[in-house]
Parts: sequence; structure tokens; C-alpha cells
Amino acid sequence: MGVLSEELRNQIRALFPNYPNKRAVVLPALHLVQDAERHVSIEAVREIAELLELRPAEVHDTMTFYQFFKDEKHKLGKHRVWVCRSISCMLRGGEELLQHMCEKLHVHPGETSADGKVTMEFAECLGACDGAPCILVDDEAHMNITPEKADELLKSL
Amino acid sequence: MATFEPTLLARIGKPDSQSLETYRKDGGYEGFKKALGMAPVDVINLVKDSGLRGRGGAGFPTGLKWTFLPKDHQGPIYLAINGDESEPATFNNRILMEMDPHQVLEGIAISCHAIRSNKAYIYLRYEYGRSYRALKKAIEECYAAGLFGKNIHGTGFDLDVVLHRGAAAYICGEETGLIESLEGKRAWPRIKPPFPAIEGLFRKPTIVNNIETMACVKQILDRGAEWFKSMGVPPDPNNPRDAGSYGPKLYCISGHINKPGCYELPMGVTSRQLIEEQGGGVWKGRKVKAVVPGGISMGFMTADELDLPLDFNGPGKAGCLGLGTAAVTVIDDQTSMVDVLFNCARFFAHESCGQCTPCREGTAWMHKILTRIRMGEGQIRDLDLLTEVASSMGIIPGTTICGLSDGAAWPIKNAIKKFRGEFEDYINSGLKTVKSAEALMAVH
Ligand SMILES: Cc1cc2nc3c(=O)[nH]c(=O)nc-3n(C[C@H](O)[C@H](O)[C@H](O)COP(=O)(O)O)c2cc1C
Ligand code: SF4
Repeated sequence: MGVLSEELRNQIRALFPNYPNKRAVVLPALHLVQDAERHVSIEAVREIAELLELRPAEVHDTMTFYQFFKDEKHKLGKHRVWVCRSISCMLRGGEELLQHMCEKLHVHPGETSADGKVTMEFAECLGACDGAPCILVDDEAHMNITPEKADELLKSL
Repeated sequence: MATFEPTLLARIGKPDSQSLETYRKDGGYEGFKKALGMAPVDVINLVKDSGLRGRGGAGFPTGLKWTFLPKDHQGPIYLAINGDESEPATFNNRILMEMDPHQVLEGIAISCHAIRSNKAYIYLRYEYGRSYRALKKAIEECYAAGLFGKNIHGTGFDLDVVLHRGAAAYICGEETGLIESLEGKRAWPRIKPPFPAIEGLFRKPTIVNNIETMACVKQILDRGAEWFKSMGVPPDPNNPRDAGSYGPKLYCISGHINKPGCYELPMGVTSRQLIEEQGGGVWKGRKVKAVVPGGISMGFMTADELDLPLDFNGPGKAGCLGLGTAAVTVIDDQTSMVDVLFNCARFFAHESCGQCTPCREGTAWMHKILTRIRMGEGQIRDLDLLTEVASSMGIIPGTTICGLSDGAAWPIKNAIKKFRGEFEDYINSGLKTVKSAEALMAVH
């Protein structure tokens, strides 16, 4: 019995019929593992590789290309909060918002608050420019965010 | 402007617009049924006749692209739907997927029949959680209703649609980067040819199309090629490469505008119309300094160029790379173009996949020079250096694999040409507009 639960393994196996080969399940598998464990450990990489009949290096190569996936040293908090820094948000105060939220949580982008609740990140365009400045909490967009609204949101997490 | 009745957005805002039930009440999936009664080649010809060009940024004629698939291929043939939408300021695909997922799915089903594909993958950027949930539910509804699956409507046509989530990387929107990513690898674009239509996903013939393109296909089946072609702009006789710009288009307006949003209008409206008639004017009563016609890869149009039509041909006349995604970003006259350009350069430096040296080094270098300028340490010759670096990193000489490099270089060349005075003033004054937030972000 490794670090991946039988349930996770079954969730990963259930995706096999969607694709002509198992390698295509790398991203979905990494998502499943990271969602459950808040990071993808080297051991998990090995076990995903075994399940998908790949070399660990192949899974690790893909995983590290996407900064989205975090290793042991950068374990995610309970929630992931992204502030958009792209053009439309920047024009309407996105960067100041990021500054405000980082100060509030005493973190730099990429770090997790001391209570383990929130990992603060910046995003390249979130595609919610009609509600700039916008932030993403996990995968749900919140639009037209003022520092006050941001404080409330953080409190509600 | 005469009042225009939206079609792509007709159902947005209606109660329960995401559900199969309301979609069917609005005549949904009749177009798919009609397509199934037609020979695939007739569907392709219909789309060809409509003049539809892809809405993902490059504007390639959709029907023509479909004909590049090898004839009599034993299969499988794949349809890969590009729902990555990461070009800054672009959000039209999101609105369609979130609010009217069945319109997109019906377009996909019709297109699969046309290209004789039994399997479609929707590559969806991870950040679009609401789109994910809406599409997931809509796909489940289609399977339950026998619209997807085996032997649809007893016609012998099988169709599977798989929703696949990305992992927050712009390069996954480039069609071959998307294919690599879907295959479980890093999203490194492939050298073309072979084009995906010959050798794409899982090394099989593949068509990559945008979400809005799919919605257009659905509407063309319902309303006909003539209807689509009755809107927009015919080819420019002075531009032999222009294939015309037909049909309705979703324009996203954002930035310094009173009413940001996604608006549907016939191809060929102007930035001025969008800003004044749809967007409610520039915020805080200010004036326009510049407009980005369609995502930051395209470059900038000045306040003097607001009357150029935003069709596939228009922005090029103002020295822009093209129409791109028709995501119009409005920049007011109190904003520094140095700051705006820095923002663009930082984006591309962050998003270059790193495979090609001119792109990897060029984007990093331009970012560095603009950082230096914004620290108050720039010199006039930095402007020429920026232009020189930008000029050396295009796909035209064939030194880079994909279009990101060109898209990164274009706004630099274009902004320094159009706003050189402002850049010079900035440098000469020793101004420093670096925000403290940037020091925080520098850790990445
Ligand atoms: C760097 C880069 C990013 C791209 N991002 C997207 C995207 O997010 N969505 C999209 O549909 N097309 C994107 N494209 C264009 C695609 O490569 C491709 O042309 C398009 O998906 C084809 O669909 P269409 O013919 O329906 O427009 C991108 C191109 C480049 C070079
Ligand atoms: S041009 Fe840039 S983004 Fe495209 S493949 Fe080369 S390095 Fe990657």
C-alpha cells in the first residue's frame, strides 16, 4: 500500500477508457492527487507512473512543466487564491489588490498563510476581465473585488 | 448602429440557460439532427459557403481546414476543442461555456459528423471551474438523452465527448501545444508540418477548433450559410490574402470602460462604436489613449485609429498583428504606456514554453529592459534595443516553433513605434512607476 489510496487509484483507473493510451491520463491523475493531498509527492509520482505504465521521469517531467502542480516543499493550503495581474485587471487595480491580500495574510505570492488555510498566488489572465479586478478562489471566479470584499472573502474561507 | 438581434448570445441571461430542457425548447439539437441527415461532405460545404473563419485568433477558414483531413482515412479522427482561452482580456468562450454549454456541444456534435470523427476532446483551462461544471453536466445530459453515445438517432453515428482540464499555462492554447498537453506531456508546440489535420492528437488526423467557432457552426446549421454571409465584411480588394470576415462576432470589452462585457455584433464594427455604444464610454470621463484590438499579442491602436473596422483585415491596417480574439482592451489617457507594455512583456516572459532560443531569451530580455526602464534606469538606446530584440524573434524567419514569439514581439515593436515620444519622455524624466506589488511578485 503506497501513498495513493485505493479510492484515488480507482478514480484514476476509471479515466483510462476515455483515451487511447494511459499516458493521456497524466494531467487528470495529477489533478486528482493534488486535489486530495494538496501536493504531489515524489512517491505519488512513482505510483502514478506505475499505474499509467510510464517511467516516473515521464510523469515528473510533465508535472514540473506546469507550475500549477506543487511538490512536497510547496504544499498547498486548504484553499488556493489567485489574484489576476493581467492587463485588464492591472488597469483596474489588480496589482494593488494582490499587494493588499498578501499583506493581510503576511505572505508572498506562492506562500501559504500560517494557519494553512490560504495559498496566495498571482495569475496570468483569469479570463474574467469583465469583472476586473478579479480573483479565483480554488476554481471559482469572484469579480469586481475591492480590498474590503477581499477581506470578507478571506474571512469566509 | 441599427439594432442587432444576437444569436450566439441569444440564450445568455435566460433562466436555466444551461439545461438541456430549456435548450431543446429553444430548438436545440435540431441542427444536429439535420446534420445527421446530410452527408458529411455537405456539412463541410455548408460551413465553407458561410465564410466562417476560426474565432481562436488566427482566423483560418473553418470549412477549408476540415478538408485538409486525409480522404478515406480509416480513423480514428479526432476533434480537439480549444477551451484554453488564456489570451489576456479574452473571455468570450467562457461566457458561452458557462451560460450556454449545449450550444457549444451541439456545434461540436455537428462538426464531428462533418469530419467523420467519433471522439471529441474539450481541452478546458483549469481556471474555468464554472465552465467545467456546466459542460460536465451538459455532457451527462446528452448521454442520458441519447444525443451522445452509440448509434445516435439510429443513424449508426457514434460520438464520445471527453472533458479534459488543463493546468494554467497559456501555451496550452497553441494548437500543437494543446495536443501535446492532452497526450500527457509538457505543452511544447510541435514543428509544423505535419499539420494536425494530417498527424495530430495521438498521431491521428485531428482538427483543432475554438469554442466560439463551434457555436457559429451550430448557428450556420440552423440558419444557413446565406444568413451567416449576410453579415460582416467582404474581402478587401487591396489585400489578396483577406478572405473576408463574415457572421456575428463576440467582442469582449474590458479595461478602462464604463460597462465591460461581452457583446455580440456583426464583424466589422469599430472600436469607437464598441466603446461608445456598448461600453458606455471611457471610465471617469477620460479619453482613450490606446486600444488593444484582440488580446495583447496584437499590439495597440491609437486614439486616431478608433474608426477602423474590427474585422480580420482592419487592425492590420493600423500596424497590428491582426484581429486576434477581438478582445478590446481600453487604456485611458492617464495610463503610462510604459507600464502597459511592461505588463505585456512580463506575461510573455512568464508564458514562453522555453523550447526556442529566440523566444525564451527574447521574452526574458525584453522583460528585463522594460523593468530597467521602469526602475528609472532606462536609456534612450534601450528603445532601439527593445525593437531590435523584438525584430529577431519572429516565426517569419522560421527560428521559432509557434506563434507565441511573434505575439510577444509585436506589441513591443508596435508600441515603441506609435508611442516613442512617451517612452522617451519617461526615460528622460527619470520617472519610476514600479509598484511595490511587483517586488512581491519578483519571487516567482
Ligand atoms: C500562443 C498561442 C496561444 C493560443 N491560444 C488559443 C486559445 O486559448 N484558444 C484558441 O481557441 N486558440 C488559441 N490559439 C490559436 C490556436 O493555435 C488555433 O489556431 C485555434 O484554436 C484554431 O481554432 P479556430 O480555427 O476555430 O480558430 C493560440 C495560438 C497561439 C500561437
Ligand atoms: S515560440 Fe516560444 S512558446 Fe512557441 S514553441 Fe518556441 S519557445 Fe515555445
